[in-house]
Amino acid sequence: MLRYFVRRVLLAVPVLLGVATLVFSLIHLVPGDPAQAMMGDGASPQDVAELRKSLGLDQPLLTQYRTFLGNAFKGDLGKSFRTGQPVTTMIVERIPATAELAVAAMIIAMLIAIPLGVIAAVWRGTAVDYSAMTFALAGVSIPNFWLGPLLAIIFAVELGWLPVSGRGTLGHLVLPAISLGLALAAILARMTRASLLDELGELYVRAARARGVSATAAVGRHALRNSMVPLLTIIALQFGAVLTGAVITETIFAWPGIGRLLIQSIGFRDYPMVQGCILLIAVTYVSVNLITDLMYGVLDPRIRYE
Amino acid sequence: MSSLKSGQALTGLVIVAFVVSAAVLAPLLLPWDPATQDLPNRLEGPTWQHWFGLDELGRDILARVLLGARVSLLVGIVVVGVSSVAGMAIGGVSGYYGGRIDQVIGRVMDVLMAFPGMLLAIALVAVLGPSLVNVVLALAVIGWVGYARLVRGQVLRAREFEYVTAAKALGAGTNRILVRHVLPTALPPLLVQATLGMAGAILSEAALSFLGLGVQPPTPSWGTMINGGRVHLLDAPHLTIFPGLFLAIVVLGFNFLGDGLRDALDPKRK
Repeated sequence: MLRYFVRRVLLAVPVLLGVATLVFSLIHLVPGDPAQAMMGDGASPQDVAELRKSLGLDQPLLTQYRTFLGNAFKGDLGKSFRTGQPVTTMIVERIPATAELAVAAMIIAMLIAIPLGVIAAVWRGTAVDYSAMTFALAGVSIPNFWLGPLLAIIFAVELGWLPVSGRGTLGHLVLPAISLGLALAAILARMTRASLLDELGELYVRAARARGVSATAAVGRHALRNSMVPLLTIIALQFGAVLTGAVITETIFAWPGIGRLLIQSIGFRDYPMVQGCILLIAVTYVSVNLITDLMYGVLDPRIRYE
Repeated sequence: MSSLKSGQALTGLVIVAFVVSAAVLAPLLLPWDPATQDLPNRLEGPTWQHWFGLDELGRDILARVLLGARVSLLVGIVVVGVSSVAGMAIGGVSGYYGGRIDQVIGRVMDVLMAFPGMLLAIALVAVLGPSLVNVVLALAVIGWVGYARLVRGQVLRAREFEYVTAAKALGAGTNRILVRHVLPTALPPLLVQATLGMAGAILSEAALSFLGLGVQPPTPSWGTMINGGRVHLLDAPHLTIFPGLFLAIVVLGFNFLGDGLRDALDPKRK
């Protein structure tokens, strides 16, 4: 068990190093001089040179890389070009908002997806199954940057039930969470169906039915529980999609999270901030996947021995 | 169910065919030029003359939606084309040769997969600058990995087939074996992934354009149009509704088609 844990954690190290390297290279992909691009054409050569120095861009590439990695390891991602505040501080301030939105979206997704997937699997091959899966496919196809404004027109403007944008009350959370969670619900519903269908074909479910266990109990108590294991991985993997989706949802609903900070920073060519946001989101994603793998090892002992 | 599913695939095919023909024939079908402005009637809702209404500059929204379809389809085709060819070559080499090459490619893929979905595309376009070319480049950079993983897996399986051993025994060179015998086995799943990939690329382009990182005005893109319509959500919601509706329908079309193809090409799913 411990060997599996250690191996899996060690495997994540080169990936994280690769992620950091790619994020480091971003600023060097800016066409021309990044400092000039940040300050604009009207800036004086002295100001540009000063910014270049403060960003460390005047150093040899290898030195820059070492400094970036060393600082990032200590949690120092430099200073925001726009505000002068430490990037890490600004990001940390916005983590609760993004986390709140992501968790709410995932809860909504599961509340829709699991019943839908179970219904589709139980009534496999019927019109019910077909309708549920068509609904799911439609959910994946509707872009959240279109759904968001539409929901806002209906529920905030026309009906006046919910606030249009911003963060504060539970009411503020509803529309962003639905618009972010729907696509996820669609994917999860398909996965729930597939995963449950696998389990329903297993002998233990038939054995339970033969012993007189009701169909509801056979699905709910036996098959569904086992189908939750692969579903857990899918949910964790989709966490990345939620984080990316949050970038758009936060922009639409003026939700003060990391996604909105990222898009605002892109607009201001605040490259240290952009690098910081991208690095944080990627590291979070890798960590969530790692934790899922470790949990998977606990839930399903067969994984450890492979 | 299978007839229902094939009906779904057919619906997908009809949608895709309809949109492709509408995009190609748009200039012949419409009396309105997408750039012509009718400022006195700006933001006018749908009428018999202008089915989808007019935008903030008095331009015909239907004409712009159809021109936007050209942009979307073009991005989809180029992104899927480049990603699948690159993915096939890299995945094929990685799976067939194995060893050190496979390990290096594997690590690169691990790093690219460590970035959630479109985040890396957003980052790349943010530094390269917003433009259609950079959108295609960014989407191809994240796109090839999926194809490469798929092809690598198929190649690892196909490498062990007897007819491959036979070809080797007959003296066929590595390139010939790879191109003529091994890679073709990966084509059916690749076709499915490419169809679903069209949906993904179109959606991603629209998302990037919505964020102001993609196609720049005045070129019409569905994402840019939806973003532009947000300002007029209260007084002229048709600015947002029609481009979004088209986008959702096209993406659904490709998803239906991809799903249908998967069922048709994978005997286990029947």
